[in-house]
Amino acid sequence: MVSKRIVLRFPPRLVDQPIVSNLVRKFDIEFNILKAYVTPREEGLLVLELRGDEKAYEEGAAYLRELGVSVQPLSQDIVRNIARCTHCGACVVVCPTEALVLDPQTRKVLFYDTKCIGCELCIKACPTRAMEAHF
Amino acid sequence: MSKTIAQINEKIRSGEAVVVTAEEIIGIVQEKGAAEAAKQVDVVTTGTFGPMCSSGIYFNIGHSKPKIKLGGGTLYLNDVPAYAGYAAVDIVLGATALPEDDPLNRVYPGEFKYGGGHVIEELVAGKDIKLLATTYGTDCYPRRKLETWINIKDLNEAVLFNPRNCYQNYNCAVNASDKVIYTYMGMLKPNLGSANYCSAGQLSPLLNDPLYRTIGIGTKVFLGGGTGYVAWNGTQHNPAVPRGENGVPREGAGTLALIGDLKKMKPEWLMGTSFQGYGATLTVAIGIPIPILDEEVCRFTAVRDADIYAPVVDYSKDYPAGKSDTLGEVSYAQLKSGAIEVSGKRVPTASLSSYPKAVEIAETLKEWIHRGRFLITQPVASLPGPESGHVFKALKERPLE
Repeated sequence: MVSKRIVLRFPPRLVDQPIVSNLVRKFDIEFNILKAYVTPREEGLLVLELRGDEKAYEEGAAYLRELGVSVQPLSQDIVRNIARCTHCGACVVVCPTEALVLDPQTRKVLFYDTKCIGCELCIKACPTRAMEAHF
Repeated sequence: MSKTIAQINEKIRSGEAVVVTAEEIIGIVQEKGAAEAAKQVDVVTTGTFGPMCSSGIYFNIGHSKPKIKLGGGTLYLNDVPAYAGYAAVDIVLGATALPEDDPLNRVYPGEFKYGGGHVIEELVAGKDIKLLATTYGTDCYPRRKLETWINIKDLNEAVLFNPRNCYQNYNCAVNASDKVIYTYMGMLKPNLGSANYCSAGQLSPLLNDPLYRTIGIGTKVFLGGGTGYVAWNGTQHNPAVPRGENGVPREGAGTLALIGDLKKMKPEWLMGTSFQGYGATLTVAIGIPIPILDEEVCRFTAVRDADIYAPVVDYSKDYPAGKSDTLGEVSYAQLKSGAIEVSGKRVPTASLSSYPKAVEIAETLKEWIHRGRFLITQPVASLPGPESGHVFKALKERPLE
């Protein structure tokens, strides 16, 4: 069993296709939609959490890539600019998944990007704007 | 047994001074007692790094040829309005100023990505700043328009002058309403969903010298990565608030007006700051050394988070209405545990002031004193204390007829 948070980017020609539906039917993968929108350039962006058999997941990801969908881990898209982070901790209460937590010893803010679901709540809650989205 | 500042400075010069941070002194006093600790320790360093409104700069750009009198005109620095009303080329910029074309809260909640605090950070970082000004002409200052890049290295004087910094204690902000609110204490979740506080607690300068025995006008401080001085008591200085038996105020109390050479400061210690739905400001680094003159001063510096209490204030109703009601009191130890209890509910907490950076400031100041590059100053006058009669009054509005 694997569970992965990924960002899918659909070219305009695929935006009206039932791709996630096919993915689920063909490969028996569970999904949870974390974010979805179509950009003004008609490209689709979908942030999904996928759970399933590791082999099924790999085949599913290959299926998506074959169709022309770009697949990348979510952790690459929300980043912390460490030079601007003061470790105040203002982000910690707004993060819904405990991806941002305080280390009780050092009182520094830790960012577990694998837990991040890309909701972007931290971005505007950060007084020095240290959190950045690169979707 | 007591020491004088001159004796302490003599030890600093000869490299014999014992300097510890306000965090380290806690254990020393617990172990040895305040009397013995006061004999051994010469200086305790404090620190705080948080968003501090009522911060700003002034600078002199030098005269152009032909000359221009900016006073009476309008002036922008990177499109943020600044004030030139002091003279011809003296310019004042406040941390909370915002560009005129900023949508503010018309698109609610506004982002306030760039304001006076951000201009200050960029100026300190050595970046060129765009100055646009228009004014009227005079016989001696005929020019009416100025458009130029300016850089901190070319300015005649550039001074950080903050009328109110370093609040001695502060509110813990909550939201008792049923919708999200956006405040200068950050975004607050509805139905007591979050609690934000803003003090370094046991490391905070004025909480370690609660009765202003050593910090006064003229005290030399770490300011924005450089050095500065206490210029005056800060605006809204309010020493007569209720205090605990340890002398520590149980709500926002004393404040400091600070001044220092902006050219020697560092952008990582003066950061432009944005509060969603509220505005822009500046996060300021301050560290103040406390000379351990006697046992009482020493005991004050050993204050712990568990001994410092903040009032819990509802920012959805009571704060904006100007009411002094509170939902109780919590200690900084409770606040730092990650959650407090308010009206029987567990409320997660978050800090706006950075404790790790406060530690870094106190350590840096300790290092400066150890190396003999920072001496302790004798204040030239005291700050108004609890018995001074100095109070923070609300505005008494008088209707215009």
